[in-house]
Amino acid sequence: MNENPADLAPELCVLIAAVLGLVGGLFLPRERQWRVAVVCAAGLAAGLAAAGAAAARTDLAVFDAFMVDPITHVTRIAVLGATLGVLALAAGQVRGHPRESEHYVLILLSALGTVVLGAASDLLVLVAAYLLASIPAYALAGFGKDAPGTEAALKYYLMSALLGVFMLAGVTVLSGVGRGTAYPALRAGLAGAPPAAVAAGTVALLAGLLFKAGAVPGHFWVPDVTEGAPPAIAAFVTTVPKIGAFAALYRFGAEALPPGTSWPALVAVVAAATMTLGNLAAFGQDNVRRLLAYSTVGQAGFLLVPVAMAGRTDLAEPALLYYVPAYAVTNLGAFAVVLARGRDGLAGYAGLMRGSPLLGLSLVVCLLGFVGTPPTAVFVGKVLMLGAALDGGYAWLAAVAAVNTVASVFYYLRWIVPLFRGADGRPRPARGASAVAVAAALFTLALGIGSGLALTT
Amino acid sequence: MLTVAIFLPAAAAVALPAVPRRAVPWTWIAVALAEVALVTWMWVSHGTGAGTSYETSTRWIPSVGAGYHVGVDGLSLPLLALTAVLFAACAVYSLRQARRPRAFAVLFLFLETVCLGLFAALDLLLFFVFFDLSIVGMYFVILLWGHGDRSRSALKFFLYTFLGSLVLLLGFIGLYLGADPNTFDMVELTRDPPLHGGPAGLTLLAVGIGLGIKTPVVPFHTWLPPAHTDAPAAGSAILAGVMLKMGAYGFVRIAMPMLPDAWRRYALVVLIVGLVGVLYGALVALAQDDVKRLVAYTSVNHMGYVVLALGAAGYASGDAAARRLAVTGAVTQMVSHGLITGALFLLCGVLYDRAGSYGLGRFGGIAGRAPAFAGLTAVAAFASLGLPGLSGFIAEFQIFAGTIGSGTAAAAVAGALAITGILITAALFLRVLHRAVLGPPGELTGRVTDVRRPELAALLPLLLLSLLIGVAPRGLLDTIEPLSAAVTALVGR
Repeated sequence: MNENPADLAPELCVLIAAVLGLVGGLFLPRERQWRVAVVCAAGLAAGLAAAGAAAARTDLAVFDAFMVDPITHVTRIAVLGATLGVLALAAGQVRGHPRESEHYVLILLSALGTVVLGAASDLLVLVAAYLLASIPAYALAGFGKDAPGTEAALKYYLMSALLGVFMLAGVTVLSGVGRGTAYPALRAGLAGAPPAAVAAGTVALLAGLLFKAGAVPGHFWVPDVTEGAPPAIAAFVTTVPKIGAFAALYRFGAEALPPGTSWPALVAVVAAATMTLGNLAAFGQDNVRRLLAYSTVGQAGFLLVPVAMAGRTDLAEPALLYYVPAYAVTNLGAFAVVLARGRDGLAGYAGLMRGSPLLGLSLVVCLLGFVGTPPTAVFVGKVLMLGAALDGGYAWLAAVAAVNTVASVFYYLRWIVPLFRGADGRPRPARGASAVAVAAALFTLALGIGSGLALTT
Repeated sequence: MLTVAIFLPAAAAVALPAVPRRAVPWTWIAVALAEVALVTWMWVSHGTGAGTSYETSTRWIPSVGAGYHVGVDGLSLPLLALTAVLFAACAVYSLRQARRPRAFAVLFLFLETVCLGLFAALDLLLFFVFFDLSIVGMYFVILLWGHGDRSRSALKFFLYTFLGSLVLLLGFIGLYLGADPNTFDMVELTRDPPLHGGPAGLTLLAVGIGLGIKTPVVPFHTWLPPAHTDAPAAGSAILAGVMLKMGAYGFVRIAMPMLPDAWRRYALVVLIVGLVGVLYGALVALAQDDVKRLVAYTSVNHMGYVVLALGAAGYASGDAAARRLAVTGAVTQMVSHGLITGALFLLCGVLYDRAGSYGLGRFGGIAGRAPAFAGLTAVAAFASLGLPGLSGFIAEFQIFAGTIGSGTAAAAVAGALAITGILITAALFLRVLHRAVLGPPGELTGRVTDVRRPELAALLPLLLLSLLIGVAPRGLLDTIEPLSAAVTALVGR
C-alpha cells in the first residue's frame, strides 16, 4: 500500500486556501475582502494543477478509505474547475457583502466535501463527506436572508437531514451484514449476506446519494433552491455536489456491491423516472431558473444510466467520467448567462442576440449542448451513455433516454426562441459573468472536439 | 484538399462578421463559387474509377474507435457537386436578401460545410455529427427567415427530425457494438458486416427509421410540408435539394453495405414503403392549392422512386445488371431531384416575393406578364415530371427499367404500379401550368413581375445542368456505375 500524503495535494490546497481565507477574512477591512476570493481562487488553481499532475501519473496511490484512481482524478478536476467558475460568478455578486469572505470559504469547504465524496471508498468516509458537502451548502442557500432564500435553505436542510438519516441507516445495515465498511471488504462480505438486507441497505444508502445528485425521489429541493438561493449559489448546488454524488454512486455500484445484485435494474428505473419527471416538469416553466433546475433533474437521469451499468460494460466508466464534466461545464455556462442577464423570466431574454451576440451565442451553445447537439461535450457523453445502456443489455433504457432527449429539446427551444426577438434597450450584461459564460461555451465545444485527448487520459 | 473544401465555408462564416456590410453577399458568392470549382476539380481528378479518392483519416476519439475519416467516391462526388451548385445558386439568389443578410450568409455557409462534410464522411460518428448539425442549422433558417407560422413549423421540424437522428444514433451504436473490434469506421464496417440475424433486423429498423424520417418516406413525412411552406425560398431549396438526400444517401452508404442480409430480408418492406411514397406523394400533391406545398409533396413522390429502386436492389435473386441499373438510377434521381426541386422552390420564392402568396387559385396568365418566369417554370415542371431530354427522365427510366427488369415478381409489380406515379405527377404539373401560367389573369397576377437578374443567374444554371444530364448523361453515369456495381455486390453477399 502506497500511502503518500503528497497524493492528497489537491485536497490539501483547497483546505489550506479555505483556512487562510477564513483567518484572513477576520483581519481584512470590508472593502478589501476581495483578497479572500483571490486566495481561494489561487488555492483552487493550485489544486487543479496538482490534480492534473496526479492524473498524468500512472502509479496510483491507494489509501484505505480514499481511492486515487481515474474516477477521483476526474472528480477533482471537474469539482475544482467548476468551483473556480462559481467563485468567479459569486465574486461579482457578494462584493462588499458583510460576510463576503465566509461566502467564499463555505463554497470551498463544500467543494472539498464533494471531492472526498467522489473519492471515498469506505462507507463512514462517505457519510462524513456527505455532511461536509451539505452543511456549508445550507448556509449558502440562505445567504441572502430573504424569504425565498430562507425557504430554500430550510427545504434543502430538511430534505438533506431526512434522507441523510436514511443513508446512515443504510450504512448501518450494510456494514452489519457485510462485516465491514471498506468497499473491498463489503464486496466480499455482501456476497454471502441475505439479499433482502443488502437490497434494503442499498436502497436506504441510495436515498442520501440521490438527494445529492438531485435525482428522483430526492429532487424536491432542486427547483426551490435554484429559484430561491442567490443565482451563483444556485449554479453551485446544481453543479458541484452532483459531480461527487455521481462518482460516489458509480463507485459504490462498481466496487462495493458483489455481482448479481438488483443494482442495475433499481438504478435503471430511478434513472428512467428521473429523466422523465425532470423533462416533463420543465415543460411549463416560465422562470429560467426553475427551467434550468428541472433540466438538471433531467440531466441527472441521463447521468444515472452509466451508474446503473456500473460493472456491466466497459463503456460505463468512460461514459460517466465524460458526461459529468461535460454537464458541469454546460450547466455553469447556462447559469452564467442567467447571472449576466440578471433576469429570471423567459421574456427577459428577448433581444439578447441583438444586444450582446456573444452572450446569446454562448447560451445557444450551452442549451443545444444540453440537448446533445454535436460537437459539444455532452454529445460525446450522450453517445457513450447510450452505448453503455445498449451494451449493458438495457435497450429499453436507451430508448427512454432517446425519447427524453427529444422531449427536452422542446423546453430548451422555448428559451432559445425569444433570444432572436426584437431588442428593447436593456442594461448591459454583467462583465464577469459574461466572460464565464463565453468561456464555458468555448470549453464545452473544445471538450467535444478534443474528446479524443480527454478520453485517453 | 477535401478537408479544405469541407471547412472553407465554415472558415468564411467565422470571418464574415469582419467583412464590410456591402461586401457580405459578394464574399458569400465568391466562397460558394470557389467550392464549386474545388468540387469540380476533385471530380475531374477522381475520374470514373472505382475506389475512394482524397481519403484522410485522423484519430478523433480513439477510445471509441471514431475518427475524422473522409473521402470521396462515385456516390459522394455527384452529391458533393450538387451541394456546391445549389448553395452557389442560393448565394446568388439571395443577393438582395434584406433581413439580416450577414447572419443569413453565416448560417448558409455553416450549412454548406455541414452538408459537404456529411457526404464526405466515412465514419458513422462523423456522419452523425453533420447529420445533427444540419437539423440545427435549418431550424434557425426557418425560425428566423421564414414566414407564416414559422416558429411552429420550425419546432415541428426540429423535434421530428431530431427524434429521427437519435433513433439513427441508436442504430449506429448497434453497429458499433456489433463490430469486433468496436469501431465507427464505415470502411471497416462495410468490409466486414458486423451483425446478423435478429440484431441486424433491429439495427436496420433503427437506421431505417432514422434515415427514413429525413428522406422522408411515408408515413414519416408529416414534418416536411409545413417546414417547406414556411421556410424562406433558399432554405427550402437547400432543405429539399440537399438535406433530403442525406437520408437516401445514408441508405446507399450505410444501410445497404453494412446490413446486407437484413436489407435482403426486408427488401419487400423497402419496396412497399417506396411505392407508397410514390403514390401517396403524387396523389396528395394533386390535391394541393398551395404551390409550395405541392412541390413539397412531389419531393415525397420523387424520393419514393429512390427508395423503391433501393428496395429492388435488395433482391439478390434478381438480375444483377438490372439491380445495378436501379442503384444508378436512384443516385441519378437524387442529383436530378436536387437540381429540379431547388429550381422549383426558388421559383416559388420569386412568386412569394412579388405577390406574398402561394395560392394556386389566385394566379393565372402569368406568362403574359412574366414570360421568362413562365418559361423557367415550364422547364422545371417538365423536368420534374420526367420529360425526355431532361435529367428526371434519365433517372426515372433507369429506376423503372432496373426495378421491373430485376426479374422478381414483387419488384416488377411494384415498379409497374409506380409508373402511375409519373402519370399523376404529369397531371398535376400540367394543372399548375394551366391554372397559374396560362389561362385568364388571376387576382394577384398583376403583382407578378418578371425574374430579376440575380434570380435568373441562380435558376438558369440549375435547369441547364438538368438539361445537360438529360442530353449527355454519360459523364455522371460513368462516375456512379462503379459505385452501384460495388453496392449491389455488397448487398448480394
